[in-house]
Amino acid sequence: MNKPLRRIAIFCGLLVLALLIRDNWLQYVKADSLREDPDNRRVLIARYATPRGDIIVDGKAITGHAETTSGDFKYKRTYKDGAMWAPVTGFVSQSYGANQLESIEDGILTGNDDRLFFRNTLDMLTGKPKEGGNVVTTLNAAAQKAAYNGLKKQGGKGAVAAIEPSTGKILALASYPSYDPSTIAGGSDSDAAAWKKLDKKNNPDDPMLNRALREVYPPGSTFKVITAAAALENGLYKSADEQTKSPLPWTMPGTTTVLKNEGNIPCKNATLRVALQYSCNTVFGKVGSDLGNEKMLEEAKKFGFTEQQFVPVRSSASVFSDDMNPSQTALSSIGQYNTAATPLQMAMVAAAVANNGTLMKPYMVDSLQAPNVDTLEKTEPEKMSEPLSAENAQILQSMMETVVKDGTGKTAQMQGVTVGGKTGTAQHGENNSKNPYAWFISYAKVGDSAPVAVAVVVQDDNAVRENISGSGLAAPIAKSVMEAVIDSKK
Amino acid sequence: MSSSTSNTSTHHTSTIGAIGAPSRRNTELALLVFAVLIPVFAYANVGLAIDDQVPAGLLSYGLGLGLLAGVAHLVVRKFAPYADPLMLPLATLLNGLGLVAIWRLDQSKLLQSIGQAGGKATNQLIYTAMGIALFAVVLVFLKDHRTLQRYTYISMAGALVLLLLPLVPGLGAELTYGAKIWIQVGSFTIQPGEFAKIVLAVFFAGYLMVKRDALALASRRFMGLYLPRGRDLGPIIVVWMISILILVFETDLGTSLLFFGMFVIMLYVATERTSWIVFGLLMSAAGAVGVASFEPHVKTRVQAWLNPMREYTLSRTPGATGVHSEQAMQALWAFGSGGTLGTGWGQGHSELIRFAANSDFIFATFGEELGLAGVMAILLIYGLVVERGVRTALAARDPFGKLLAIGLSGAFALQVFVVAGGVMGLIPLTGMTMPFLAYGGSSVIANWALIGILIRISDTARRPAPAPAPSPDAEMTQVVRPT
Repeated sequence: MNKPLRRIAIFCGLLVLALLIRDNWLQYVKADSLREDPDNRRVLIARYATPRGDIIVDGKAITGHAETTSGDFKYKRTYKDGAMWAPVTGFVSQSYGANQLESIEDGILTGNDDRLFFRNTLDMLTGKPKEGGNVVTTLNAAAQKAAYNGLKKQGGKGAVAAIEPSTGKILALASYPSYDPSTIAGGSDSDAAAWKKLDKKNNPDDPMLNRALREVYPPGSTFKVITAAAALENGLYKSADEQTKSPLPWTMPGTTTVLKNEGNIPCKNATLRVALQYSCNTVFGKVGSDLGNEKMLEEAKKFGFTEQQFVPVRSSASVFSDDMNPSQTALSSIGQYNTAATPLQMAMVAAAVANNGTLMKPYMVDSLQAPNVDTLEKTEPEKMSEPLSAENAQILQSMMETVVKDGTGKTAQMQGVTVGGKTGTAQHGENNSKNPYAWFISYAKVGDSAPVAVAVVVQDDNAVRENISGSGLAAPIAKSVMEAVIDSKK
Repeated sequence: MSSSTSNTSTHHTSTIGAIGAPSRRNTELALLVFAVLIPVFAYANVGLAIDDQVPAGLLSYGLGLGLLAGVAHLVVRKFAPYADPLMLPLATLLNGLGLVAIWRLDQSKLLQSIGQAGGKATNQLIYTAMGIALFAVVLVFLKDHRTLQRYTYISMAGALVLLLLPLVPGLGAELTYGAKIWIQVGSFTIQPGEFAKIVLAVFFAGYLMVKRDALALASRRFMGLYLPRGRDLGPIIVVWMISILILVFETDLGTSLLFFGMFVIMLYVATERTSWIVFGLLMSAAGAVGVASFEPHVKTRVQAWLNPMREYTLSRTPGATGVHSEQAMQALWAFGSGGTLGTGWGQGHSELIRFAANSDFIFATFGEELGLAGVMAILLIYGLVVERGVRTALAARDPFGKLLAIGLSGAFALQVFVVAGGVMGLIPLTGMTMPFLAYGGSSVIANWALIGILIRISDTARRPAPAPAPSPDAEMTQVVRPT
C-alpha cells in the first residue's frame, strides 16, 4: 500500500503547489492592478485616510477637514463659507467624487502627486503620517466676499469675475445661487439627500453651476467695447471723438428692419465716445456690419472668444459666429444674436483694455505647496494676446471712463479712483420675452495702474422688467468688488 | 525536525515504524512554545495597529492559549508518548493565528454594524477549548485506533444521518447563505458535515480494508482498464450518488467534492489500481459539470469564478435579476492589496467582504494583512500537517490505520485546497471553511478530533514494535514488497 501512498503524497504536494502558484500570481503579478483598481474601495479608503491639503486664499485656508464618525472613510472635507467659495474650490465628496480645483489638483491635495513621492517615502520610513499639499490661489477674500454678498443681496441669479489686469490673476469668482460643498462632502444619508436636492433635475436654480466660468450669457452692450476696439484697430475710425457715419434711423443691410436704440438718445453720426456713453445700438451695429464678420470675429478671438480657458478649471468657450450676413454681424456686434460670453471672458475684455491692450492669461492657482509649505510649482503671469495697441487701448479707456463719468455707468463712480466701464442689458428668450440680463464690466485705476477689472452679470426673473439695467443691478456689485480690491491693497 | 523514518537505523523500507525511536515529546513542547508565542505577538500587533496600545486581554489570551496547548501536550505525553511531535504544534499555531484574525475582525465597525463581529474571538476560544477537550477524549479513550474498525457500518449509518440532518424540517438552520449545511440546536448552529468527514473516513477505511482484495483482483479487463465486479463497485456508486444528492439538496459542492475525493483516494490506496483515479475524476467531473449547469446556487458561483468583476457590478446594480455576490471580487482585491508583504495585522480592509469575512473568507484577511509571504507560510504549515499525516499513513503497520490516516489527511488537504483555491479564485467557491483558521465551532472541534485520531495512529505507528506481532494485519505490513 505504500506506492499509492507516496503518489497521494505527491498529489497533495501538487495541490499545495497549485495554491502557492496561484497566490504568487495574485499577490505578486496581479497585485498592483488589483490594488489600484478604481472599483477597489481601498483606493477611496486610502484617499480619505489622511487629512487633505488645503486651498488657501490670502494666506488662510478656506477648506478644512473633519473626522467622520461612521463608515470606513476617516476624514471628510469641510469648507469655510462654502457657498461663497464653491465656484473656486469645487467640491470633493466621499460619495460623489470631486470637481473643479479639488479634482484638478487632487494629486497635490491628497499627497499622491509624484513630486511628493520622495517626501512621502521619507515620511513612511520615519513613521510620520502622510499629508496632503496645499493649493495657494490668487483670489482676494475681500473681493470675493463683496462679489458674493452683492449677488446674494440682489437675489436672482448671477456671477462675478474679477481679474488683476497686469497679471491675469483671478481675484474673485462668484456665482449665485450657490451651494455649500460641506453638505455633500461625506458619505452619509444626509449627504445623499443634499446631493439630490442640488441636482439640476430637482433644483431649477442649478446651484452647482459655476456661472462665472461655465455659463455663457448674451453680453449685450458690454460687447460694444470689443466692437469699438475693432473699429479702432482696423482704422475704421481713428479717435474717440471723430464723427462716425451713422444715420438714424438705420436699416440693417439686406433687410427692411430698423435697428432701434434704447430710448431717444443722440446717436446720429455720434462719435465713438458719445455712442459708448449712451450705448448707441445704431452706431456699433453699423460699425460691425461695416467691418464685416471676419474682422469682428478676429478681434473677438484676440480677446479670447471661441476658446475654452483653463485657469486651470475649464471655462466654457464664448461664442462669436463666423458665418453671418451683415445684418447678423450688426446684431452680434451689439452683443445680441448668437453672441454669448462667460463672465470671465467679459472680465478679460475689461482687463485687456485696462492693461493698455495686452491680455494676460487668466489664472487662479498662484502656487502649489508641499505639506511643509515648500513651493513645488509657481504660476508665472503669461501674456495671452494683444487685442489692441497701447494708443487704441488708451482711447478706449478714455471712452469707458466717460461712460462712468457722464454716461450709463454713473452708479460705479468711486471717489479718487478712475473707473472705466460699460453697462449692458441683454435681451434673451424667444421674442425677448424673458427678463434681460443686466451686465456691467469695468476696471478701476489708481494713478497709472489698474489693480482690478471686473465683470458682473445678474439675471433677475422676479424684477420688474423696466427696472433691469446694467447700471441699476450690476454696477453697484462691480463697484463694491473694485473697492474691496483697492482697499485691500492699501 | 525528526521524522519517523530517518531514525530507523539501517532499514531500506519506511513501512516499518521506528523501532526504539525517541519519543520527541520535548521537541513537541519546544515547538508548542513557539506555536503559542507567535499568535500572542500577533495579538499584540493587532492591538497596536488598531488602538495604538497593547490589547488589555493579552495576558489572559496568552495564558488561555498556552493553557490549552499545555493540556493538549500533557495528554499526548501521557496517552500517546510516541506520537508525531509536529502535528500538535502546527494545529495550535493555525488555531492561534485564526483566533487573532477573528479578534482583529471583531474590531471592524463595518462587520459590527451588520452583526457579524464582536465577541466572536471569545466564542472561538471556547470552541477551541471544546475542540481540545474532544482531542483529549480521543486520546484518552481511544487506546488503539483499530477499535474503530468494529464500528464500520455504524459509522456509515452515522455519517448518513449527520449528512441528512440539515434537511430535516425544523432542524435545518435558516440563517444559511445559499447552502443548507447547518442545523440549529437551541442557540447553537452546527455544521454536521465537518463531523461526517471523520465518521465517513472510519467507514471507508473499515469497508475497504475488508474489500480491498476483491476490488483489486476480481475484475474484468475493459478498454485497457480493470473494472471491478458490480457487487464490489456498488458502494462507490452509492457513495457517489449520495454525494451528488447532498450537493443537489444542500447545494454544497465543497462537501460532496471532499467526500468523493476522500473516497477515491482511499480506494486507490487500498486497491493500488490507477483505474480508480480515472473513474473518480471522470465521475466527479461529470457530476460537477452536470450540477453546475442546472443548480442555480452553484451556477452563480461558477459565474462568479469565471467573471468576478461582472458579478460584483451586478450585485451593485439595483434591479439586476438573479442572486449576485460581490465576495469573489472583494476577496481578489483583498489579496491584491496585500501584495508581497501585506499591510500588516489590523491594517487591511478585508471586512469589505462582509458577512463571511471571518468564516469562509478569513483566508483573504491573511492574504491582505500578511501578504504573499504570510499566505505562503500558512499554506506550507497546512502542507506540513498533510505531510505528517501521509507519513503517519506510511508508518502505520496495519491497513486500517494506513487507510484512516491517508483518508483523514487527504480530506484535510482537499479541504484546504478547495477553500483556499476558491477564495483565491483558482476554482469556483464552495463555501467550506479553512481548517482551524475560520470562525465556527463545528469546524474547530471536528478538526481537533481529526488531529487527535492522526496523533493516535502515529503513536501506534512510532511506538517501539511489539515483537512478535500478534495480529495478522501487522504481520502483513511486515512484508516488504518490491517496488
